Amino acid sequence: MSLGITRIDFEEGPATREAFGETLAEIGSDERIVVVDGDVNNSTFTNHFKERYPDRFFNVGIAESNMVGVAAGLAGSGKIAIAASFSTFLMSNAFDQIRMSVAFPNQNVKLVGSHAGISIGEDGPSQMAIEDVALACALPGFTVIVPADGPSTAAATREMIERDGPTFLRCGRPKVPVIYDDVSNFHIGKANKLRDGDDVAIIANGIMVAMALDAAKALEDDGVEARVIDMHTVKPVDVAAIERAANETRGIVVAEEHLAYGGLGATVAMVVAERKPTRMCFVDIGDTYATSGKPEELLVQFGLTPEAIIDAARRVLKD
Amino acid sequence: MVEAKSSEPGELEAITRRLRRDIVRSTTAAGSGHPSSSLSMVEILTVLYFGGILRFDPQNPRDPDRDRFILSKGHGAPGLYAALAEAGFFPTEDLMTLRKLGSPLEGHPNMNRLAGVEASTGSLGQGLSVGIGHALAARIDERDFRVYVMVGDGETEEGQVWEAIMFAGNHGLANLTLIFDRNGYQQTDAVDNIEPLDPLAEKLRAFKWLAREIDGHSLEEVSGALTWASKDVHAAPQAIIARTVKGKGVSLLEAKPGGWHGKPIPPEEEAKALEEIGAPS
Repeated sequence: MSLGITRIDFEEGPATREAFGETLAEIGSDERIVVVDGDVNNSTFTNHFKERYPDRFFNVGIAESNMVGVAAGLAGSGKIAIAASFSTFLMSNAFDQIRMSVAFPNQNVKLVGSHAGISIGEDGPSQMAIEDVALACALPGFTVIVPADGPSTAAATREMIERDGPTFLRCGRPKVPVIYDDVSNFHIGKANKLRDGDDVAIIANGIMVAMALDAAKALEDDGVEARVIDMHTVKPVDVAAIERAANETRGIVVAEEHLAYGGLGATVAMVVAERKPTRMCFVDIGDTYATSGKPEELLVQFGLTPEAIIDAARRVLKD
Repeated sequence: MVEAKSSEPGELEAITRRLRRDIVRSTTAAGSGHPSSSLSMVEILTVLYFGGILRFDPQNPRDPDRDRFILSKGHGAPGLYAALAEAGFFPTEDLMTLRKLGSPLEGHPNMNRLAGVEASTGSLGQGLSVGIGHALAARIDERDFRVYVMVGDGETEEGQVWEAIMFAGNHGLANLTLIFDRNGYQQTDAVDNIEPLDPLAEKLRAFKWLAREIDGHSLEEVSGALTWASKDVHAAPQAIIARTVKGKGVSLLEAKPGGWHGKPIPPEEEAKALEEIGAPS
């Protein structure tokens, strides 16, 4: 499979983690905000906040369990607590603290996981969060956001600060193309239709949105009109957008940089099964850990490409 | 307005008897729960809530200036509930709804259902971290409230406790007090037979904490230690290691401190237990 049409140009736009960090610093004058980071603040880019507001920033060290508990306590005293680390160390290492100290008491803690997915590349599977969306979605009351580009990550960051309640914001390591030139219609919980089409709907989030747009362009050359939906909020998912896609197209492809189980695909399928059963295909990492390699190589090897989306769309339309 | 309740020594002793009575009666009525783990904390809870230490207002339980008490060993819930009822957060008769469907007095504390509960606990090892968050918030907001956290000695096997101890010591969180209910037993055996903790005070001092060891059933020693901790003179967090007896006050439980974890006193033994406690029914 050629790399030629893979849309992700790793030099093109800001990484979502950068957009998060810069936005957090921009809105940091809000004194309710307190940030805790697990000694990766130059990777999560909470550094920018730290430089401007050192009194409201704590590097808690490589101790994610304590970090999450501290964030919960800050929230318990009225703060908007941001806890940031690599997504896998945050969600997997500290999961019980998130469950017990954040989700169960419904504390206003914003968990921000960077370096999600296999597109981190060479560091390999130990650093790759590929279960994190499933873990976050499993928590009652959690809002789960997987933005696609810099501008929408900035918008999501601003909005999650204004909304009360526990939230998981998933960010990636690599630079990604800019998709949104205007985010005035970007809102948590509301899917964005980036391209219209009535043959097939491609529902994607994270880095797969750009690939979905590329796939839709290629499909158009074959006479297939693909609708592309950025389902940045996995929970609470935009049921109406899914229902419309099921009603108005012949089938749905879901694309995500995550394991097959428990993520966007499973969430969309649940809505489809209940509201309007239709043919579906899934583009994801499957049921396996990845390896080290260049991000572009890994995306091809593990089937996260526009070509994979095109194949899935054709399978949907064939039946 | 938040204020501390102070009682005469004789009255404090009477309160300990009432709390023990309530622990026994509520868990026996529930048919489950952790009376022995609750009975070991009674003098500490009594001094905290009624001995002039915690500043609180049952009419305004989320007053931002209140002192926080976090029961990290959440299975001690019957003890915490007895103290909260005695303090006026809810009627004492509600204690008899412990663990029943619809009751906010759940098996382990749920902060969103019961006023006065500062943290939902029960998965061990987590309360100190939450307490640190509150203590940092006090520092940021320049409020003078203090944070008290109670852990069990078995609970201290959890790694998160030590992450939190390291953080609090390094950050000199002087508005934070950690109380160890050192009753010596965990679910299946003595702590000393599983993961011996000693020398605990030395370990804490090495982590830049102030540490004191006391008899956790002497109202005088508990009061002295908590008064010491609550004074605004420290540059470091304070630890109080309270040597206690699991099941204190009930001979049936005291005779076998390793055998009653998570077990209520059988109904046929309740009258004798209450007689030993010497509490009015």
